[in-house]
Amino acid sequence: MNAPGATTSEHEARARAAMAAAAAPDARRATQVLAAQVDRDVAWQLEACVRCGQCAEACHFHLATNDPRLAPVRKLQPLQTAYRRERVPFPALRQSLGLAPAELTAGELAEWSELVYDSCNLCGRCTLACPMGIDIAGLVRRSREGLCAGGFAPADLYKAAQRALDTGSPTGVGWPTLKRHIEVQQEETGIPIPVDVKGAEYLVILSSIEMANFPEVIGALARIFRQAKVSWTLPSRGFEATNVGIQIGSRDVAAALLSRIVEAAERLQVTHVISPECGHAYSALRWEGPNLLGRPYPFKVIHIVELLDQLVREGRLRLRGKDGRRLAFHDPCQLVRRGGVIEEPYRLLNAVSANPVEMPSSGAANFCCGGGGGVSAIGRAEGLRFAAFECKKRQVEAAGAEALVTACANCRNVLEEAIDHDGMQLPVLGLTELLSQYLAAEPGATG
Amino acid sequence: MNAMDLLEFARGPALWFSLFVLFAGSAWRVVAIVRLGKRPDLSEPRDARPFAGAMRGILQRMILRKELRSRSKLGAMQGYLYHAGLAVVVFGFLPHIAFVERLTGISWPALPGPLVYVAVALTIVSLSIVLLERLTDPVLRLISTFDDYFSWGVVFLPLVTGMAALGGWPQESAGSAPLYPVPLAIHLLSVELLLVWLPFGKLAHAFLVFGSRAVTGIAIARKGAAL
Repeated sequence: MNAPGATTSEHEARARAAMAAAAAPDARRATQVLAAQVDRDVAWQLEACVRCGQCAEACHFHLATNDPRLAPVRKLQPLQTAYRRERVPFPALRQSLGLAPAELTAGELAEWSELVYDSCNLCGRCTLACPMGIDIAGLVRRSREGLCAGGFAPADLYKAAQRALDTGSPTGVGWPTLKRHIEVQQEETGIPIPVDVKGAEYLVILSSIEMANFPEVIGALARIFRQAKVSWTLPSRGFEATNVGIQIGSRDVAAALLSRIVEAAERLQVTHVISPECGHAYSALRWEGPNLLGRPYPFKVIHIVELLDQLVREGRLRLRGKDGRRLAFHDPCQLVRRGGVIEEPYRLLNAVSANPVEMPSSGAANFCCGGGGGVSAIGRAEGLRFAAFECKKRQVEAAGAEALVTACANCRNVLEEAIDHDGMQLPVLGLTELLSQYLAAEPGATG
Repeated sequence: MNAMDLLEFARGPALWFSLFVLFAGSAWRVVAIVRLGKRPDLSEPRDARPFAGAMRGILQRMILRKELRSRSKLGAMQGYLYHAGLAVVVFGFLPHIAFVERLTGISWPALPGPLVYVAVALTIVSLSIVLLERLTDPVLRLISTFDDYFSWGVVFLPLVTGMAALGGWPQESAGSAPLYPVPLAIHLLSVELLLVWLPFGKLAHAFLVFGSRAVTGIAIARKGAAL
């Protein structure tokens, strides 16, 4: 945990130092950081494994490839080794008696990098399957801390992390780009889009993929919030929600990126920060953030889907008409299974869809799109990601969906790429944008 | 050492030693985990009832989610069978109850002998299938360690020695029939080996599972996420 009350620049200095240290791979450092990840709860889980292999049957990477190396429990081997070597009682005595496992080597850690990053979306389906109740995805997330600190994370993620620290965004999308998008959306909707409004109730932040690929979401939010009379603002600093620190497994980078959002929220004195349509951004901001920064937030975090559902249920959003296609909702893992926003997206979809269809094991036990957990940003993992899409594809075909709807821009992007790769014809829609298309016209409104 | 000496050793010092190792070793294993501590979670919980979360975690994980059942390994289904079979044999067999009563004064009604024998047979078959799967399934072969095979052996052994102590498949009156001292001593020693090994290998999941399921149950309940 970082020191409570550290400033954004202090967080950033620590993050830069962590990235600089990782430039020279060091198995010893990786082992030390891995061992430091093991607290009481992690130890309960590592100790309880009976190696039943159930987790393999839940993992889309294993199911699609049949490769036994990709069994989720096997991805925990570096963490298990570091724990058994360094964190159990009397480690020096055990090592001298030959009772401790051999020290992890750079070669082993490089080999496990593929397992811990390329073939794991941190989606948590394996966690659901474990009869011992081991949160395997959570432990892989912790394993990444060790591999990242030791310099064994994929180069693409290091680059993305460095870019996020340098430019504010892992894809390099800066304020000038967002400002242009805001201007275009203002023109298209005819609705003024508030920026840096002090005292607004809700702070809207966006994921880099939304800004790069789906900027229409800004206009959609403007239309929705106008009808619902929501007081909101975008910040000109601290608007990037994507947290590559969570994906690569660097608490320092994650804290630095989060502190920018927290600083914006505090500067603008908002009461709520809206997590956008991005699964890992939600996980970072809602669940990991206060622990990374070492203090509770002075504001509440709400996911856009939760807020939209609340506005519909309160009667503040009035909808008219429905989409006639067979629409299936793709559950973003970090939002639904791991995040606890389970019923809300389905209520919203049902409100605007005349023919909603459900994929097999939809909801909590869905298959990941294949690109979560930073996998979509790892170039060398592309083939594996497309292979893993097979599980999702089977679900989509079983449902007979004519279009997919989701609430994560990364899922949307990954699904579109995989659909294109497989030569399928299937539009993928964002839930917020879909909802905004079915707003009842306001008396006297033109937008 | 004659046959009766061996039996007395198995019923006396070896038994007490194995029970001491069982309880001390189990306590040590738990202390080694708990001493690591945990920082409080500062995120705002959706559900701030950790006890309810822990209980939900412990109970709900007894049954595999229906969405994940179709491709389940054989072992998942066998798991229910041999755990139930072992429970019937250990706690339902009259001689075992008599043995516990002699040590503690506590007893309970026994299950009918034929039911126990069926349970023994099913457990032996089930454990054999589990071993076969571990030896042939590519994932299980890859992730298995010495602990997996040794633990299987120390569970299987008392079933075999128990059958041998009864002189094969027992007759109607079995359970009260006199047993030969050497096979009985070997059966007792095999059980004691299991008790000595239990705290240190994977068999410790007998108590570790509650901690593991509980901490995950609590963490997931905080988020209102799927368990």
